[in-house]
Amino acid sequence: MSGGYLLQQVLNGLVLGSFYALVAVGFSMIYGIVRLINFAHGDVVMVGAFAAFGILLVYGLPLWAAVLAVMTLGAILAMLIDLVAFRPQRGAPQVNGFITSLGVSILMQNLGILLLSGQPRPFNLPGWLRSNLELAGARVTVLELVTIVVTLLVLLGLTLFVRGTRLGIAMRATAENPAAAQLMGIKVNRAIATAFALGGALAALAGLLWAGRAGQIHPLMGFVPGLKAFVAAVIGGVGSLVGAVLGGYLLGFAEVLFVGLLPPAYGSYRDAFVFGLLILILLILPNGLLGRAAEERA
Amino acid sequence: MKLQRHHLAWGLLIAGGLALAAAGEAMLSGYERTVLGFAGIYAMLAISLSFSNGLTGLFSLGHPAFMMVGGYVAAILTFPANRKGFMLPALPEWMASWQWPLFPATLAGGVAAALLAVVAGFPVLRLRGHYLAVATLGLIIILRVVINNADGLTRGALGLNGIPRHTDLWWILGWLALCLLVCWRLKYSSVGRSLLAIRENEMAAACMGVPRARAKLAAFTLGAFFAGVGGALWAHLLTNLTPGSFNIALAFMLVVMVVIGGSGSLIGAGVAAIAITFLSEALRPLEQAMGAYGLVQIVIALLLIAMLLLRPQGLFGSAEPAFLRPSTAEHRAARPLSQAEEREV
Repeated sequence: MSGGYLLQQVLNGLVLGSFYALVAVGFSMIYGIVRLINFAHGDVVMVGAFAAFGILLVYGLPLWAAVLAVMTLGAILAMLIDLVAFRPQRGAPQVNGFITSLGVSILMQNLGILLLSGQPRPFNLPGWLRSNLELAGARVTVLELVTIVVTLLVLLGLTLFVRGTRLGIAMRATAENPAAAQLMGIKVNRAIATAFALGGALAALAGLLWAGRAGQIHPLMGFVPGLKAFVAAVIGGVGSLVGAVLGGYLLGFAEVLFVGLLPPAYGSYRDAFVFGLLILILLILPNGLLGRAAEERA
Repeated sequence: MKLQRHHLAWGLLIAGGLALAAAGEAMLSGYERTVLGFAGIYAMLAISLSFSNGLTGLFSLGHPAFMMVGGYVAAILTFPANRKGFMLPALPEWMASWQWPLFPATLAGGVAAALLAVVAGFPVLRLRGHYLAVATLGLIIILRVVINNADGLTRGALGLNGIPRHTDLWWILGWLALCLLVCWRLKYSSVGRSLLAIRENEMAAACMGVPRARAKLAAFTLGAFFAGVGGALWAHLLTNLTPGSFNIALAFMLVVMVVIGGSGSLIGAGVAAIAITFLSEALRPLEQAMGAYGLVQIVIALLLIAMLLLRPQGLFGSAEPAFLRPSTAEHRAARPLSQAEEREV
């Protein structure tokens, strides 16, 4: 195994991991604040990809503007989902929210099929993003480098926001104890909407990056990658932001190594591997790497 | 034994089912019989899911995985022996000459699914709530990958076609009745009350001496058995199977049926299943004529969301319709509390 090959695998792992991390952070944040596994989160990725298609390829806006626009759109969409589907049920049993999110997810996928057709369509980014660079024996496209850098910047920004701003502190307080937070004068619904907005923005960004790499988009593209990102969130410990990022990169590396090191015949088992890993993690480390144990009270 | 109102109601229900099956077999076209058959199979699946998910509170989305196992096992067993050789080359020699009739094959499919449930249940059932749901979704994906890759046994992504059309309305009615009978008897037994206790408060149930691991595994396995049977009936009704036949959208459909019927209500789940089958079949021509693919799923998803927002307990809550229940005081005590009564307590 040459050094170039190894570097190539590391780069692939970083790119896939960046994608998982972006989506997993949203899962974790939303779970942390409303104890809801939001299945529709993966479909925000899909909407982000389609939005990118329009903004980047049809209107030809520059990349930075497209990133901002796609993220804004994802944030608005996620807040809208919260407002319409989840807010009316606050306080209902957890499982209701979960079933609702499954319903929203199926709704979005099929609206996508209805309005945009179920046929995959090509997604070809401008040439300079797809050009190859040689990096110590490994090949990497500009888009992949952009993916890695943008992800790290965005995650850094998110951490600063959650740690330092008033709204971020309000979010953390709500996650800790919604009733107490409300008594302290925190606008709980606004904190929750913020979590959805941030999660949605990151998911939509992930959609743009994912579509650019995959080269095609279709209305069902978000679901299984979304589920895998949930696995990443579980690995890191659902509810922990740092954990979600860590879990995202770990899962990215694990998947790349699984495909890269085993004979090609096993490549088609990669989805089975990821979900097998989920069951294993939940058994050995039910709270993930950085999650806190959920207390059980009668 | 004195004849009571609920005896009459059950008698009417059974007679209605028999009449429907007889009339359907005699008078309906092949397509109509298939739709009616699917309504019955969905009703059976929804009832078994309502038992394990609704009554026990195990939020499993794994029914399609168990259907996949049941369907493939049964189809391989009934497959015409003269075509087995070249269609399924990896089949062991001693199995290649087998060509089972429907009933034992269905049973074998159910048992295979139940075995998978026991094996998968040990790790998976220790998970709670949404973790269980995602892990069982993972089970569907894992199984699909395995079946896709075992092409010598399953023909992989090509799917099995030319499965004999053995399933008729009588078989479906029979299995539906058996499923309802078993789930109903269990629901109103001490087992059912243990399961309900687990749903309401798992720790309190454990404190009262309910063997929760065993009870959960039993409910999960029973649900899986009927899912396997459902998969087998499905395979011999449609005569073809692909790894994508039993997908996440199907898991969603079944959950919708249980939620709309009311979690834990067997009759509710059955009624919702039949209604949704007919509704989606009625919308299908519209979907095709308008080229509006996805319409059926959109309507079902909207129904679900509306139900959860407006009437989260479903049509029947956890209860069964009163006219099907014995009216003696003794039996009244055994019925699970309705939501209104729960609030009073």
